[in-house]
Amino acid sequence: MKKNVTISVNGIDQRASVEPRLLLVHFLREVAGLTGTHIGCETSLCGACTVLLDGRAVKSCTVLAVQADGRKVTTVEGLADGDKLHPIQEGFWEEHGLQCGFCTPGMIMCSHDLLEHHPSPSDSEIREGINGNLCRCTGYQHIVAAVRNASRKMSKRATARAGAR
Amino acid sequence: MAKNGKASSNGKAAHWVGKKLKRKEDPRLIQGISHYTDDFKMAGMLYCVLVRSPHAHAEIKAIRTDAARALPGVVAVFTGEDTSAVGGIPCAMQMPDLKVPRHPVLATGRVRYLGEPVAAIVAEDIYTASDAAELVEVDYEPLPVVIDMEKALSSDTPYVHDQFNSNQAFTHTLKNGDIEAAFKKADCIASQRMLNQRLAPIAMEPRAVIAEYLPGENRLTVWSSTQIPHLLKTQISVMVGLPETAVRVIAPEVGGGFGSKLNVYAEEGIVPWLAMKLGRLVKWNETRRENFLATIHGRDTINDVELALKKDGTILGMRARILADLGAYHQLLTPLIPQLTALMHAGCYRIPAIQIDIVGVFTNKMSTDAYRGAGRPEACYNVERIMDIGARELGMDPVEFRLKNFPQPKEFPYTTITGLTYDSAKYQESLKKALKLAGYDALRKRQKAGWKSGKYYGIGVSTYVEICAIGPSAATPAGGWESGTVRIEPTGKVTLLTGASPHGQGEETTFAQLIADELGIDPGDVNVIHGDTLAVPYGIGTFGSRGTAVGGTAAYLATQKLKAKMATLAAHLLGCKPADITIGRGRLSAKGGKKSISFGELVMSAYTARNIPAGFEPGMEATHFFEPSNFTFPFGTHIASVEVDAETGEVKIEKYVGVDDCGNVINPLIVDGQIHGGIAQGLGQAMWEEVIYNEDGQLITGSLMDYVIPKAHFFPEFTLDRTVTPSPVNPMGVKGVGEAGTIASTPCMVNAVCDALAPLGVRHIDMPLKPERVWKAIAAEQSGGMDPLPPELSSAAKRGTSAKAGKSSTRRRP
Ligand code: FES
Ligand code: FES
Repeated sequence: MKKNVTISVNGIDQRASVEPRLLLVHFLREVAGLTGTHIGCETSLCGACTVLLDGRAVKSCTVLAVQADGRKVTTVEGLADGDKLHPIQEGFWEEHGLQCGFCTPGMIMCSHDLLEHHPSPSDSEIREGINGNLCRCTGYQHIVAAVRNASRKMSKRATARAGAR
Repeated sequence: MAKNGKASSNGKAAHWVGKKLKRKEDPRLIQGISHYTDDFKMAGMLYCVLVRSPHAHAEIKAIRTDAARALPGVVAVFTGEDTSAVGGIPCAMQMPDLKVPRHPVLATGRVRYLGEPVAAIVAEDIYTASDAAELVEVDYEPLPVVIDMEKALSSDTPYVHDQFNSNQAFTHTLKNGDIEAAFKKADCIASQRMLNQRLAPIAMEPRAVIAEYLPGENRLTVWSSTQIPHLLKTQISVMVGLPETAVRVIAPEVGGGFGSKLNVYAEEGIVPWLAMKLGRLVKWNETRRENFLATIHGRDTINDVELALKKDGTILGMRARILADLGAYHQLLTPLIPQLTALMHAGCYRIPAIQIDIVGVFTNKMSTDAYRGAGRPEACYNVERIMDIGARELGMDPVEFRLKNFPQPKEFPYTTITGLTYDSAKYQESLKKALKLAGYDALRKRQKAGWKSGKYYGIGVSTYVEICAIGPSAATPAGGWESGTVRIEPTGKVTLLTGASPHGQGEETTFAQLIADELGIDPGDVNVIHGDTLAVPYGIGTFGSRGTAVGGTAAYLATQKLKAKMATLAAHLLGCKPADITIGRGRLSAKGGKKSISFGELVMSAYTARNIPAGFEPGMEATHFFEPSNFTFPFGTHIASVEVDAETGEVKIEKYVGVDDCGNVINPLIVDGQIHGGIAQGLGQAMWEEVIYNEDGQLITGSLMDYVIPKAHFFPEFTLDRTVTPSPVNPMGVKGVGEAGTIASTPCMVNAVCDALAPLGVRHIDMPLKPERVWKAIAAEQSGGMDPLPPELSSAAKRGTSAKAGKSSTRRRP
């Protein structure tokens, strides 16, 4: 009793016939072939699998593929605009916000959600904002700097855009 | 080394070394387009799931696999009987009285720890394999379990391995100086029992293994999330019985290791064997639950430490008895870790006599092995805690006490009582810098003022030294050297093949920086290749803060060989002597600077080889195997300022300062990142982390819900600075930095909390300092109904009493 689903992943419709128990993270990795979304626990506790579902951050290991049917998913692969990195990606690069990089896609997607709803967070708001995502390498300090860096860039660009209008 | 005020070895100012270069590895990682082992999906790949023991100790009576086999999509099911020809999981250590049990890849007869694998399922997809695992029926007859390492040594204990008639796995004593006399003439003996709890490394990427066997080529390729691809290749060839030349190991992107992937695991024998047996590609992926159960743990020691002191604070001697819980079997380095602990008990102090006795104990638990710091955090914890306790007994400030017992900078290289030769250090400078950064005097003032209003502020100081750049081969079980091959390709682009396979340390950037300076090129033109045993000459791996100091030095020395070769060719082409050639940015020039040749032209002419000196080997490639003459000994001072709520036991970390000295710094951004991560892990141990098995050997902290990995909001911003004392052990003067933060921060934090609670009489609290535990320690002291006393009175009142958390005492001679 497989079910047909159509999930828009990074703007491209992915159609497949899936078992109802298939996790969204497995759909993304195995069906859509996008392995940037990582699995660190499968129990909603580490955040490595964070993606955007209709614009909001979710842990894709606790969403079933069938629940995402007809909805829009953005993964880390969908952030950059061709060769142009997303400001959050730039922030992580510039501030050394990653070491092994395993938590990074989830951190970036979670930060995306944070900055979307809270464009200029304080350091402690950043720390609270990413508290569902674990990083074992960085001690978080450079991640906080990365999000701060991205926030600056994004608001500068938003101001520039508003000015141009 | 420009940033460090030094010129690079060729006399020119360094251009790249010392710069905060953005990492070369990051673009692929931040776009999610890099490949960790689990990201590979090959056609025809099968999935393996392991059936694991739900008991800590049991006889396997029967295993029924029919139902699992019958499930559509299941390809095969194997048990220990099938894999009996697969070689055991190796332990690299040899010691005179070491007991080494056979450690099969799948249990046969008995299981000895929770999560030990008993059967392997192979199926067309992971969901089916997991379903089939549920269908395997195993009849177990539970046996009495050995959990408490002290009870494990008593006479009426069950045994983990019956054939040894004992749970004692080894003993080890390190003794030097007249220890008996030291304790006899002491004015004061500070002693404390301290538990160093069991930890789980928890790399965010769980382990994963893929294997493919091509019988025609007789080629076994294994992708594994490992820190040691070459050593693993050797061991896999032994386990599966193939010539080593037929085995290729690839460590792709590795998502953190912290020592947990410095090992050879059952799955690294099983999965290759399955691929050979079935003639199909097989993948196994660890779940987080399995990671808690069956990836090595760290620490887990009971330490009775004593310090003999003169009234004026001079250290006369140190004694420690250490019990180390090894778990049920030895993994690769299990028995080595406590020995490293013994070695580092001199800390950064002048200690005239020492005796460390260690007993390794088998229990029905997962093996302990190298976890970030690997033996040194345990030593540093014992040393830095007992220094604080000793200082407090004598009524001395912990800073004054430390300064009194440091060796002076001019005494380096300094030979410790444990027989190590510390390369270089300025402990005083580091301590003073940290005090200033932390505002120590102001913190002490505030602390005193706080007592009046019932506020308990604490200041923890930890002055650490660590043993890094592991290490001279004579002191390691499997070689302590590292390899580097530098190849300048015909187009002038440079490939470095390094044996130091990294997993987040940024070696692709650091090594490119140092080679770029040496060759006068751009780091963007240096491509660092690692982690593929078919491409890279034999190497050891990244662990023990050795990547740059040993692997980087190998790359550096290989580059020196190439520079000599380039000079020879350039001299030939320019008509001068090789000694007159200088390598500048993009050009090689003859003395006087009139004649020169571009880097690209020179390299191309080494390949076209139409005009080369007689006897000149064409091509532009050199390899160096670097054998270090000594370890390096980074050091530093960490200071934590905390407030403890005496009502609730809650600890607030207000300020955390680290001044670290890792010798010369190649990339300050990466060095800071390593320190941050290290501090976070060390504070994790001090405050939150703890692997707990209950008395039945069930793991009750087997998920990220129950085992607390620190989150971002647990920490304040860390304040870092450094001193730079180059190491004389390698030409770049680097020391290593991967473990410093972990080693320094754990005792720093406990010192801070115990300092805060000193007025309440609390002397020691075992980690992790959860509110409940802190509150209990306070309550135990308060149960007499006494009002909190000022510390001067309190320490007098409490002298000689035992703290709740463990046996402790201070004996004063009349
Ligand atoms: S894998 Fe989804 S939260 Fe850990
Ligand atoms: S960078 Fe390794 S877990 Fe975050």
